Amino acid sequence: MSSINSKSFWRRIKSWPLLLPVVALLLVMAVNIIHDAATGANPLSFFLVSLKDTTTNGTILYGRIIDIINRGSEVAILAIGMTLVVSASAGTDISVGSVMSLCASFMCMMLAGYGVSSTTTLAVPLVIGLLAAVVMGLVCGAFNGTLVAHLSIQPMVATLILYSAARAIGLLLCNDLIVYVRNPSFAFFGAFAGPIPTPIIITVICIVIVSLVLKKTALGMYIQSVGINAKASRIAGLNSKLLIFLAYTLCGLFAAIAGIVASSRITSADSNNIGLYLEMDAILSVALGGNSLGGGKFNLAGSIIGAYTIQAITTTLYALGVSSIQAPVFKAIIVILIVVIEAPPFKAFVNRMSAAKAAKGVKA
Amino acid sequence: MEDNVVLTARGISMTFPGVKALDNVDLTLRKGEIHALMGENGAGKSTLIKCLTGINDFEAGEIHIEGIDGPVRNHSTRDAQNVGISTVYQEVNLCPNLSVAENLFIGREPLTVLHTVDRKSYNKRSQKIMDELGISVDVTQNLENYSLAIQQMVAIARAVDMECKVLILDEPTSSLDDEEVEKLFTLMRGLREKGVSILFVTHFLEQVYAVCDRITVLRNGKYVGEYPIADLPRMKLVAAMMGKDLDDLAEIKKEQKDYSKEPMEISAKGLSHAGTIKPFNLDIHKGEVVGIGGLLGSGRSELARCIYGADKAQTGSLEVAGEQVKINQPIDAMNKGMGMLPDDRKAEGIIADLSVRENIILALQAKRGMLRQLTRAQQEEIADRYIDLIQIKTASKETLVKQLSGGNQQKVILARWLATDPDFLILDEPTRGIDIGTKSEIQKLIVKLAGEGKSVLFISSEIEEMLRTCSRMVIMRDGQKVGELDHELSQENVMKAIAGGEA
Amino acid sequence: MSEKAKAKKSFNSNTLLLFITIALFIVLYAGGCIAYGAKGFTHLQTFLNILITNAGLICVTCGMTCVMLTGGIDISVGALIAMDCMLLAVGMSKGIGAVPMVLIILLIGAVFGIFQGFLVGYLEIQPFIVSMAGMFFCRGMTAVICTDQVSIKQDTNPLFYAWANAKIVIPFGGYLNNKGKYMAPYVRPGVVVALVVLILTFIMLRYTKFGRSLYAVGGSAQSAAMMGLNVKRIKMGAYMLSSFLCSIGGICYCLNTMAGSVSQALGLEMDAISSAVIGGTLLTGGVGNVIGSFFGVLINGTISSIVKTNGKLASSWPNILTAALLFVFIVIQSIFAALRKRNK
Repeated sequence: MSSINSKSFWRRIKSWPLLLPVVALLLVMAVNIIHDAATGANPLSFFLVSLKDTTTNGTILYGRIIDIINRGSEVAILAIGMTLVVSASAGTDISVGSVMSLCASFMCMMLAGYGVSSTTTLAVPLVIGLLAAVVMGLVCGAFNGTLVAHLSIQPMVATLILYSAARAIGLLLCNDLIVYVRNPSFAFFGAFAGPIPTPIIITVICIVIVSLVLKKTALGMYIQSVGINAKASRIAGLNSKLLIFLAYTLCGLFAAIAGIVASSRITSADSNNIGLYLEMDAILSVALGGNSLGGGKFNLAGSIIGAYTIQAITTTLYALGVSSIQAPVFKAIIVILIVVIEAPPFKAFVNRMSAAKAAKGVKA
Repeated sequence: MEDNVVLTARGISMTFPGVKALDNVDLTLRKGEIHALMGENGAGKSTLIKCLTGINDFEAGEIHIEGIDGPVRNHSTRDAQNVGISTVYQEVNLCPNLSVAENLFIGREPLTVLHTVDRKSYNKRSQKIMDELGISVDVTQNLENYSLAIQQMVAIARAVDMECKVLILDEPTSSLDDEEVEKLFTLMRGLREKGVSILFVTHFLEQVYAVCDRITVLRNGKYVGEYPIADLPRMKLVAAMMGKDLDDLAEIKKEQKDYSKEPMEISAKGLSHAGTIKPFNLDIHKGEVVGIGGLLGSGRSELARCIYGADKAQTGSLEVAGEQVKINQPIDAMNKGMGMLPDDRKAEGIIADLSVRENIILALQAKRGMLRQLTRAQQEEIADRYIDLIQIKTASKETLVKQLSGGNQQKVILARWLATDPDFLILDEPTRGIDIGTKSEIQKLIVKLAGEGKSVLFISSEIEEMLRTCSRMVIMRDGQKVGELDHELSQENVMKAIAGGEA
Repeated sequence: MSEKAKAKKSFNSNTLLLFITIALFIVLYAGGCIAYGAKGFTHLQTFLNILITNAGLICVTCGMTCVMLTGGIDISVGALIAMDCMLLAVGMSKGIGAVPMVLIILLIGAVFGIFQGFLVGYLEIQPFIVSMAGMFFCRGMTAVICTDQVSIKQDTNPLFYAWANAKIVIPFGGYLNNKGKYMAPYVRPGVVVALVVLILTFIMLRYTKFGRSLYAVGGSAQSAAMMGLNVKRIKMGAYMLSSFLCSIGGICYCLNTMAGSVSQALGLEMDAISSAVIGGTLLTGGVGNVIGSFFGVLINGTISSIVKTNGKLASSWPNILTAALLFVFIVIQSIFAALRKRNK
């Protein structure tokens, strides 16, 4: 009786959609605890959150876990858009990092005025600057969406164009300068709202809005339906092209928001570095979140946990003494492990092996 | 074994999960004959071919090939080629971006002393092969520069050059025009002279009578018989395929109601879609069930798709309930009260990875628009109602639709359309591949819907089924509407009309 | 007229694309000559400098073309070059000779390519994901080997230094500089290597079984399999070739920079892809050749050269122009594809 129960328990665990990201997150935590214990620190210091007084920001929340959630904001925001794109079009948008940078540059250029390299006063109201970034993101997303949905160009190839151009256009807008906007109202988005880091709040707002939209409208079902079977969806009355277009446009929007956060953090538009490699992290979040890169069903919660897991991995690697430029090696190994485990030929191979084993067992 | 027999298959049986695809089927191919393999959807033609070519592994039966001792069992197309069986499919399995010669020789190119490919030599040999077969092409040109017919012939030439004894042509003519078909036939006759046995699968009756020597008919996975062409006139062939002997056709008397007084629901004038269906007119009245008779590939599905906007009509006009409408895509048709259950359930019907509930409400939701989402309670209520109403057998309404059996998947799609409360419903092969019980349930449902004043366009490979439910039938042949039958609806008349010609 | 003329000798869109590319190069270069003739743009050396600067890219693009012919993509090349350069620099500073280092680099390239090719060919993982991981790996590995910039100096490895500074003088096309001294045009050894790679790849693609099977796989992997080709192995071969040629390119690249650093060859994969696309290689596979890709590289090089000669244009213009060209060519390709479909 109990064995049956435990069996069904395992089956339920096995079919739990968040299994992969949660296991990955737990693994990262375990590494942290072991590392802390081994180095003689408090084994639970990973989870400790405390209040700390600072001269610049007043009393703020402090701790490694807060740092991870804070630093992971951009990837989490990007992962939302990437999840939709992957689901609807079975392809990835590799331009998000560059688009982030372009949006940041455009915004800072608006806020500082063209050709100004450093300013403390805003040339236009902050809202206009933010709006500029958002519009730029939407335009980039719509550009990608048009190429993919209406010209039927493979997603990776279509987004390749902005991947290589967006950063350069941003640099051009900033007159080849790193534009600094040292204004507290602008810096707010990358700093603290009370004791809580603002990026966390922005991320939460994004997640809540998207979850609400997915819950209250049929968008989620539409996108999944198109991703699973675009032909059948069309017969059932969905406009597949429009939905794919929409997914890319939304992805552009989230890239813009991530760009605002990233740029506000450093109160500047550093075209060459903002969002560098973040497209990879975003794609990795989606995969790590248990979503198939082949499109179809998606799980937003998984992607977001995936995003924070990646940030946790990065932070942990730093804590272990791996430098930021060496960290990609480990990410690469993780990517390969995930995709190999999910590859159908590999699964078939494993099944064959276990079947052979079972057959042997029966014989014995 | 008879003297000039090249290939015999005896008692071939094969089961797919839940379906007996082939049940004790025989096939005999003689040297230098063109042999037609005929049958409707699900008759087992392609399964049999796959057994011959090693794609499917059959369960019972034996295949013998001339010159080889003992039964032959192929495990791959390569095996099949080694024993002399080559297949050319409807979609040409060649590389369009390579030259004709390369397509003939790739993988077995002659090499020069420097181990580079000897282009000169294989170009010359290719040209010789093509000239011998009477195909006039420049073998150095890329394959994609030639028409589909030539591409077919290149595929055949490749097969023949690899010394095949048996050439299987699987619906090679579906996308060819008349002139191209004639060229292909000339080639086939030439090969017959050379002693090649050709197994020819087609759904065009004309072509069978134009080129074949013998016919083997399958039905529902069973062997019906093998006939010399002279012994099987069109009518008898159709009867054999459809499963009714003309002699014991029972007249099904049906109460005829005159629908012409009813208001017009659908009125199509000159609708057409290039390459699939020629311009047609069609009127359907309120509460009427109209059947489309015709063989597979006759344009019966295409006609429906054209009305529904699944293939956008390129000419003509359409009126729905007396109102002129413009339909660019399915959602436009849905907003005019239409619904369509497509014939290919997997490719165009189910959304495999979504639940039964989501599959049922999908069309209704699409009609309402994205922003007006049905609440979860409404969705569940609708799902429950239809699961109950048409008795969908599913573990729960949250079960993924791909886990259901074919018949129940079909019911889910039917439920999807019923939920939108359509005025006009197109059902393309709703009963294909599902069990008898479900079949009759669906037929009853169609009659019931018509009773409620809905109009139905019903397409089926089984005439009997349509006779039972339809008040009028449209007859299709070769992408063209060739006639309508109303009062004199009988199996015999319909078959005659479908067969056409001097039956 | 014989009946053979019946072959639809309609315009061959692929040849047309190649012509557009070559014409574009000529127009661009002529434009540069007219606008910047006074700044020495008309000298043969300007053209040779484009070759010298892009010797590595030519090798990489040859490999990229092979991968793209099969319908795949390899974005790991830029990072692989960085890793190669870093290995060369560190290895030589540790006193290993130039020849053994070069052999090691080539071996690493081939092994890395086999691994990527295995994942793509045998495990059927999307090429983009595989090579993205490859890119991560190489970039990170470069930093693991050394995080600082390491340069190759004459005293640590005189042989490699001599290679880098060798001039192969061309006996014509020189000019007199403003002091009246005759400046003979020259190329570096890297250019010779690149051109040899180009010619060999051209021959390989056109005249060998493997080369033709790359086209077959790209034309239709399913058909290729039906015709008895080992599609998995062919795909693996393509990725191996790409990484191998990339490593040759890495050596050429290193001869130019004489240093290894983590941020080297950043975005080079995009230059290679856009060169191939502009050169008429279809991203869907099956169509393209290295001659077109070579002109693609020349176009990219000419744009950079013009921007550099101008001196006032922002440094981001080459990127933007290349992307714009890429856009135009991708759209043209998709229109041709749509037309071809309609013709059927």
